[in-house]
Amino acid sequence: MSGSTTQTTTTPTAPSAAGSAVPTDLQDERLRQGTGLKGALSTFVGNLRQGELGILPIILGLVVIALVLQALNPIFLAAPNLVNLLLESAAVGTIALGIICVLLVAQIDLSVGSVSGLSAAIVAVLFVERGLPLGIAIAGCLLTGVVIGGLYGLAFNRVGVPSFVVSVAGLLGFLGLQVYLLQPQGSINLPFDSPLVYFAQQAFVPPLLSYVLVAALAAGLFLTGLANARRRRAAGLSAGSLTSLALRSLALLVGVGLFVAYLNTARGVGWMFVFFVGLVLGLHYMLTRTKWGRSVFAVGGNVEAARRAGINVRWIYTSTFMLCSTFAAMGGILQTARLAAANNSTGGGDVNLNAIAAAVIGGTSLFGGRGTAFAALVGILVIQTISNGLTLLNLDSSFRFMVTGAVLLLAVALDSVARRSRTSSGRG
Amino acid sequence: MTMTDAPAPSPTSSTREVLSLRGITKSFGAVAALSGIDLDVLPGEVVAVVGDNGAGKSTLVKVLAGVHRADSGTITFEGREVTIATPADAQHLGIATVYQDLALCENLTVVENLFLGQEKGRMRLDEVAMEVRAWELVRQLSAKIPTVRIPVAALSGGQRQTVAIARSLLGDPKVIILDEPTAALGVAQTAEVLNLVERLRESGHGVIMISHNMEDVRAVADRVVVLRLGRNNGVFAVKDVTSEEIIAAITGATDNVVTKRSAARASRAADGAPVEVAAAPATTDAVGGATR
Ligand SMILES: Nc1ncnc2c1ncn2[C@@H]1O[C@H](COP(=O)(O)OP(=O)(O)O)[C@@H](O)[C@H]1O
Ligand SMILES: [Mg+2]
Repeated sequence: MSGSTTQTTTTPTAPSAAGSAVPTDLQDERLRQGTGLKGALSTFVGNLRQGELGILPIILGLVVIALVLQALNPIFLAAPNLVNLLLESAAVGTIALGIICVLLVAQIDLSVGSVSGLSAAIVAVLFVERGLPLGIAIAGCLLTGVVIGGLYGLAFNRVGVPSFVVSVAGLLGFLGLQVYLLQPQGSINLPFDSPLVYFAQQAFVPPLLSYVLVAALAAGLFLTGLANARRRRAAGLSAGSLTSLALRSLALLVGVGLFVAYLNTARGVGWMFVFFVGLVLGLHYMLTRTKWGRSVFAVGGNVEAARRAGINVRWIYTSTFMLCSTFAAMGGILQTARLAAANNSTGGGDVNLNAIAAAVIGGTSLFGGRGTAFAALVGILVIQTISNGLTLLNLDSSFRFMVTGAVLLLAVALDSVARRSRTSSGRG
Repeated sequence: MTMTDAPAPSPTSSTREVLSLRGITKSFGAVAALSGIDLDVLPGEVVAVVGDNGAGKSTLVKVLAGVHRADSGTITFEGREVTIATPADAQHLGIATVYQDLALCENLTVVENLFLGQEKGRMRLDEVAMEVRAWELVRQLSAKIPTVRIPVAALSGGQRQTVAIARSLLGDPKVIILDEPTAALGVAQTAEVLNLVERLRESGHGVIMISHNMEDVRAVADRVVVLRLGRNNGVFAVKDVTSEEIIAAITGATDNVVTKRSAARASRAADGAPVEVAAAPATTDAVGGATR
């Protein structure tokens, strides 16, 4: 039988999709979702009440933190400082992207700091000591990341070792390898004129191009939204209000445009930060628009259901571990580039926990199946803002650790509260 | 339209059956879970499979779903003899199974669950096409789902069953097997699911419904196949059998505690005198369903 014929026989009153006044998906009379701008707004408020917080609370939090820091030290919001802050965010933010992947399948990787340190050592050894082309050195790092993630996947899938344990073993093992590779000096400097260091320290988007990029971003949002709405209407489905789409695109254009203009009064937007944003958008696409991304959320939500749906669960686990280690390796290269050196403490200290904290503060659930790639962007900005602001106040790392810890606790508490209000409003 | 007057299956029955089992046997080590099971399903017919715990119902489902392979016996599907060695084989033939634990992802929406593992567009999901098809399925089942863009976590038990059944319809199956579809549901939701079963019958599907509940069986089934200790123990057309007769076949005796109970109750009602019930009833779920 074909769905369209039985559709008309079982519900003779239901108008056919194409010619009906009411879109197919809005015909249920219990659906109070209004249309137009007002509808979008009320749906949004409803979601908020039911614990679908999205990214809003953390953005509000970021604004509050920034305002407090600005009140304490007027240098904080000065353009040169913000330019710096964004550049400082890229490396650990990139690592946080990988953490999001493993958290989505309800796993964890505690070795990202060490893997990034190892990667820093590899790029320095291959590029500086061996004199290999930069491209090959970078490829070597990324390949190392893929292999490490593959090994974690193997240990997890075949041997059944929890990812927590495997990655703690990795944390120690790869730290050791990093130190071994950097012997005897324990540190290798990158030449300042190398393209890598230039990319991380000197390369800024020309002002004109920066506005073009912002405009392209806003136009992209508007046009894909428009195309999507057209397709939905053609198929007899409802589509969001055009006004709200236009307003959102305009807000993006003006908001980000003004911010970029402000940054352009100093050195502007660093290419490394643009690169990081590109990675965020790429991962966002992978997670929301591909079969693989859908499978990742399914595995995080209910492994058994995913398995029975024919999803290759083992591959989903392995691929997320691989992505995580590869993002960590990439983050390691960016750290080296930023510092113009790889040493024994690259990737050490708070890198590991900041990456995990960024993912969680950004709204990735620790219980699997919930989160977005934008969590890395927002989360790392919160952490960098705190770190940067407290440094400006001449407070040492002890305060930084304590404040970041408090924010992390707040984020996790928010996640749990949201989870509870989702349960009580029947959204699991 | 429906086949309530279908004769009890015999090895010589006609070729109208969409699915036909003959002499299906399956043992787990020394335990003969199924021995010589015959079963026929016609298009547009609901066949209830009932039986006590351990009677072999789930094993029969798994043989048809390709989870277990029968030791011997033949399976004829649309007139051809087939082997069902894997779940993929069953799916390919057009036999869909809805297991009791529905296996849905609560964090995903209805559409996302419906198409899980068989999404349209690998590197660029076609959300519009999937949503349109989802609405077709929902309409086809006359199901009460307000929106298909809601996480499954927000749905009631009956609605989840609906999603699971709609999901089984995606591959255009000929036969749908439902394992205890109403077991965990309240009255209203049970009615909702029974309506779905009738929709499936109306659209010409053969439906095999495992159940413990006599009321549900009598409400929607056309025929009842009773399993007892892994063997066929009677096939009844629902319209000319009483619950008591079915239960007698389930428990394997006409003169058993259950029938005694109802006989006792009948005579008590007749002469107003209290009658001692012979023994505590053997606790089968079927008894609970029948004496409710
Ligand atoms: N995988 C298995 N391994 C061994 N014995 C099994 C297995 N599955 C079922 N059995 C046995 O087969 C018999 C029938 O079980 P089952 O089909 O689950 O009955 P029902 O679903 O009717 O309660 C039972 O005696 C059960 O113990
Ligand atoms: Mg069973």
